[in-house]
Amino acid sequence: MTAAVPLRTRSRRTRGGTLSTARRREGLTALGMASPAVLLLLVFFVIPVVLAFGLAFTSARLISPTPARFVGLRNFAMLAEDPVFLRSVLNTFAFAAVVVPVQAGLALGLALLVNGRFRGTNFFRTVYFIPVVTSMVVVSIVWTFLYQKNGLLNRIIDGVTLGLVRGPDWLNDPSTSLAAIIFMSVWQGAGFHMIIWLAGLQTIPAELHEAASIDGVSRWTRFRFVTWPGLRATRTFVLITITISAFSLFTQVNVMTQGGPLDSTSTLVYQAVRSGYQQQQTAYASAISLVFFVLVLIVSLVQRRLTREKD
Amino acid sequence: MNAKTRRLVAASLVAVTATAVLAGCGSADRGGSGAQGGVLKLWTHNAGNAAEYDVVEKVVNDFNASQTTYKVEIEAFPQGAYNDAVVASSSSKKLPCILDVDGPNVPNWAWGGYLAPLELKGGEVPLDDQLPSTVGKYRDEVYAFGFYDVALTMFARKSVLDEHGIRVPTPDRPWTRAEFSAALADLKAGGKFEYPLEMGTGGSGEWWPYAYSPQLQSFGGDLVDRSSYKTAEGALNGPTARDWAKWFRSLVTDGYMAQKSGSSPNDDFLNGKSAIEWDGSWDAAKNVEKLGDDLLILPPVDFGQGPKIGGASWQWAMSSNCAQPEGARAFLEFTRKTAYFLEFAKATGTIPATDAAAAKIPGYEPGGRYEPLVRAARDFAVVRPVTPAYPYIASVFEKTAKDIVAGADPDAALDEAVKQIDANLKLNDFYAD
Repeated sequence: MTAAVPLRTRSRRTRGGTLSTARRREGLTALGMASPAVLLLLVFFVIPVVLAFGLAFTSARLISPTPARFVGLRNFAMLAEDPVFLRSVLNTFAFAAVVVPVQAGLALGLALLVNGRFRGTNFFRTVYFIPVVTSMVVVSIVWTFLYQKNGLLNRIIDGVTLGLVRGPDWLNDPSTSLAAIIFMSVWQGAGFHMIIWLAGLQTIPAELHEAASIDGVSRWTRFRFVTWPGLRATRTFVLITITISAFSLFTQVNVMTQGGPLDSTSTLVYQAVRSGYQQQQTAYASAISLVFFVLVLIVSLVQRRLTREKD
Repeated sequence: MNAKTRRLVAASLVAVTATAVLAGCGSADRGGSGAQGGVLKLWTHNAGNAAEYDVVEKVVNDFNASQTTYKVEIEAFPQGAYNDAVVASSSSKKLPCILDVDGPNVPNWAWGGYLAPLELKGGEVPLDDQLPSTVGKYRDEVYAFGFYDVALTMFARKSVLDEHGIRVPTPDRPWTRAEFSAALADLKAGGKFEYPLEMGTGGSGEWWPYAYSPQLQSFGGDLVDRSSYKTAEGALNGPTARDWAKWFRSLVTDGYMAQKSGSSPNDDFLNGKSAIEWDGSWDAAKNVEKLGDDLLILPPVDFGQGPKIGGASWQWAMSSNCAQPEGARAFLEFTRKTAYFLEFAKATGTIPATDAAAAKIPGYEPGGRYEPLVRAARDFAVVRPVTPAYPYIASVFEKTAKDIVAGADPDAALDEAVKQIDANLKLNDFYAD
């Protein structure tokens, strides 16, 4: 703030500098306006993240009588040999690979359905949105019961197939556990992205749709050549947000399966939390977080490149 | 708004934010500085546990009224957040003078420099009178003591065992492995129970090492080699441990036990869904109330090395950065009265740590309804490995046992567990100081 005083005196001296001085003043004001947010971000986000990355190269523990020391790449070498870590990476990618297209597609479908003008639109919008405003912990507990061996889902399968098909023990069978978590996650998350798609749909000018119907095109052609191109910005946003949230899969796993059975649902974030807290290996958990950060960054950059505006 | 006003607004915004952030950091510095001005802070995990909290409060009030030098102030935490709170406040050197600690964590916290050796001189009840599992030791120093312990036991209905012609075991003649298998086979064949044995496999966390490592020990294995505490080789993957792992998995494949039991195993037992329940003494009173004389409180199975149960529950300790250790010591010595041992055990439905207290609680006296629990705590209890590595070992064991129950190759799973534990021990210089 001391810089403001000489600035002002200088502006009085030189007439020709008024414009640039005004700009600088504005810049200063902008800085002042941004500083609360920037300061908070620095203190609670940037500094902790930088510290965490630093910890990945040390021997830091949650509880230890000896101070942490620099150990170079030891934690990363251990990661490379950790079978649970490799499994966690695979599970995380498998989860994202299914959830991103399915959840985005389902959400778009729902958005198209509730975008029409008919009675009860608000009712359906609310119903689809309810899972989103319910706590993920609550949703996970409820679905744990639905997925039980004698739970509702298997009772339905039993009833529909007249007892011919016996549903598996969804969450306790390594071959179905991840699929069960994927299904539930898509159900829970689709409502949120439905709202985003809906916002995108409503930015498309009505004239375009009218013009298309005057031309007498089919519904599909209209979607393909009017709606879809109109959703370009929304598409990028939905794609990137779903990808990032899919990669950070944790709550469902922590509540429903704790990474089991046989590591079939272990994920990167779950493993980082388990190593960092339960096993008190702060440095190892930091190394996992660093790898996780780099993976998400790479995927986001690739997506950004693929969806960039082609001028 | 002219430029001057705008600048003023911007400046004040920055100033306000900066002050707020700095003040936030500053106020943390002022809080909780141990025992200034004769005040001793006491932390307990009992915020959600009214019965036990009331006893803590009563003991503290009695102490505060008994003298004028020190004043103990209680701060209670929910159990789920307690350990995190202690770890966080220790890294900022803000531990309270007096705190409670779960028994198996005592070596870890002592090694980490959280706890100070108690070096008690006074107190009405000598430490030697306590059940060994209720005294938290590390490297021959006493760091904590508890007023009670809990015991693992098997609950069953007498009518069900009689109906299937199964012998009722006694502490002197527990079931052998063969007898237990035959009993489970009979119960399963009876057709009344889908899963005759309830082991609480739906639980997680400390329950796994607490409940199942005693069975591993009864087979002859252990979590770690206790002669050196430098390896788990041979203990967790020796022939007896492999035998345990195969037996544990066979309970699932034979259909005796659910791979993952329900969320309230004790209710399932009371509702007749299971015939035998492996559970803790904390459910004993409820079971007696519901089933009356039909309830059997049975000793654990002898798988070869005698029946085993886990020992140690919550205990009291003092922190190493307490400014007035003599005050903390005075409080802890004050609490060592038979009356308080009695009250804690009564309030929590647990096993009192001394015989003198046990004799005064209906049911816990010799020949009483709950005497099998007292005997188990005295004769069968094995404390969990006394090493700062315990939290790590416990976490690895939980995952390994879950994998085995879910069908992992027992030999490979145990070998992997040993590999991880050994690597962790080595990485931490075997937890030397």
